[in-house]
Amino acid sequence: MRKILVFALLILLLLPGCGANAAETGSTPESSLYIQNKGSDTIVNLALAWAERYQNEHPEVRISVTGGGSGTGIVSLINGTVDIANASRAIKSEEMENARAAGFEPQEHVIARDAIAVIVHPDNPVDSLSIAQLARIFKGEINNWSEVGGEDRLIVRVSRESNSGTHVYFLESVVRQGRADDKSLFAANTLLLPSSEGIIAEVSDNPNAIGYDGLGYVTEDVKMVAITPPDGGESVLPAIETVNSGDYPISRDLYMYTRGEPTGTLKAYLDWILSDEAQQIVADLGFVPVK
Amino acid sequence: MQPKPFRNPDGIINAVIRICGYSSILFVTLIFLFLMGEGLPALRVASLKELFGTTWYPNEAYYGILPLIFGSVLVTMGAMLVALPFGIATAVFISEVAPRWAKEFLKSLVEILAGIPSVVLGFIGILVVVPALRRLFDLPTGLTGFTGALLLGLIAIPTVVSIAEDALNTVPVSYRHASLALGATHWQTIWGVTVPAARSGILTALMLGVGRALGETMAVMMVTGNAPVMPGGLDALFQPVRTMTATIASEMGEVASGSAHYQVLFFIGVLLFLVSLLINVAASTVIFQRRGRSERVLS
Repeated sequence: MRKILVFALLILLLLPGCGANAAETGSTPESSLYIQNKGSDTIVNLALAWAERYQNEHPEVRISVTGGGSGTGIVSLINGTVDIANASRAIKSEEMENARAAGFEPQEHVIARDAIAVIVHPDNPVDSLSIAQLARIFKGEINNWSEVGGEDRLIVRVSRESNSGTHVYFLESVVRQGRADDKSLFAANTLLLPSSEGIIAEVSDNPNAIGYDGLGYVTEDVKMVAITPPDGGESVLPAIETVNSGDYPISRDLYMYTRGEPTGTLKAYLDWILSDEAQQIVADLGFVPVK
Repeated sequence: MQPKPFRNPDGIINAVIRICGYSSILFVTLIFLFLMGEGLPALRVASLKELFGTTWYPNEAYYGILPLIFGSVLVTMGAMLVALPFGIATAVFISEVAPRWAKEFLKSLVEILAGIPSVVLGFIGILVVVPALRRLFDLPTGLTGFTGALLLGLIAIPTVVSIAEDALNTVPVSYRHASLALGATHWQTIWGVTVPAARSGILTALMLGVGRALGETMAVMMVTGNAPVMPGGLDALFQPVRTMTATIASEMGEVASGSAHYQVLFFIGVLLFLVSLLINVAASTVIFQRRGRSERVLS
């Protein structure tokens, strides 16, 4: 993550004036060859890879990419300091209102999907779990692997830190099973690890552990758990096909937002992002292409 | 009359030194005021009762910092249980037992240990200590307060060694001679005379070691599991804990400036500042009381 930030900073430094330009002109993306792109830390890696490839092919276009979080990106879009906001969640209604007050209608573009894999130690005999079982495990109601068909071992829950978008998504869609009125939290003794590497390290070493992480971060050292649908059908492992068919339930869309319908350079860039070439980069980085 | 600054360099240097001295007081005061200014508004967004609650989940406005305080205290106390015996024994060995060549060698070794960045120790902790402890004690996970205490102890040892060694060196040699002349063995002299005579310095070493352990962040964040749990019983040491410093470090980067969460994090900073201030004041009080009357007369 730090590498990415440094890289983003370098790009900013190497392209002097592009920040100032957009801000001074109140940013007219239609005619500008500068594209300012900011937002979600989940997407920043992907956005950087796209920007790099696109600039190689179109040397006249300059794209700067920064992270900071989905909310930060959308606020910047509303303030007019960026052309594209990256978000790993859909825009909220109050952000929509703020945008309308600022005089534009945010346009949503689904640019990739992110599947979240549930992972365990390779020796763990448990192959599949339902969302309801996962919820009870992470809430602390199930504390022994034998309750879900495994060995007689205590369950050690491993999670990302609470400021991670992945953490929030997992809380809402798995622990609370998508119910807005559900206020349950992760069990207090859930390990909160500051990095994906930490999660993989603990889960690959510890046969008691269960964790989750973006599909792109999962390595050979851990085992992915298939998700059993509520109707008891066949369990589904996370993969590009199962995410795109809608069978794998723990996945989310990743978005880019623009001010109104994009035109000119911006439109060309967003169209290119949906091309096979750009979507191949999506797959290379471990995300799920939209096509 | 012309000013003649160079006639009186003493005065200038005096003034410079005085400014340097006062400026450190000024900086500490400014830091304190800044912390207070950012942290005290936390009391408006959350009552004291909420702040000292037992659930820490700032995303949903659960600002209970008790588990964090508990985590810091547990890990620091554990670290001292490791660092004190090892540190004092090392200091005694270096100062009283080791031959001259070994003395210099050991001293520089301890300095090297002090110079290892804590993130490196944290890394070793994750890769080596965590899996080893889990197997050794058959724990559900190796990411526990005990692991953190062990690493912190290692980090605090150089502080304890160098201060305790200084204290032992200031014990007048006449004490040792007197003790030996009375027929005490070398060991009896160390245990019965030298160490007790240096006890105030050793207390200072303890307190500065506590300060070092309490303030350490990176290594702790990597190996303690960071789960904000309240202690259930004696086995709390072998459960994951979340310390105050790790909480600030991992959450401050993402928090919106001026939000309730931001203020609560600064409030934790205020608590840490007050605790370390208290430790330092206690340490200097001990130093000022260093010599009782009889000891002054004897030395």
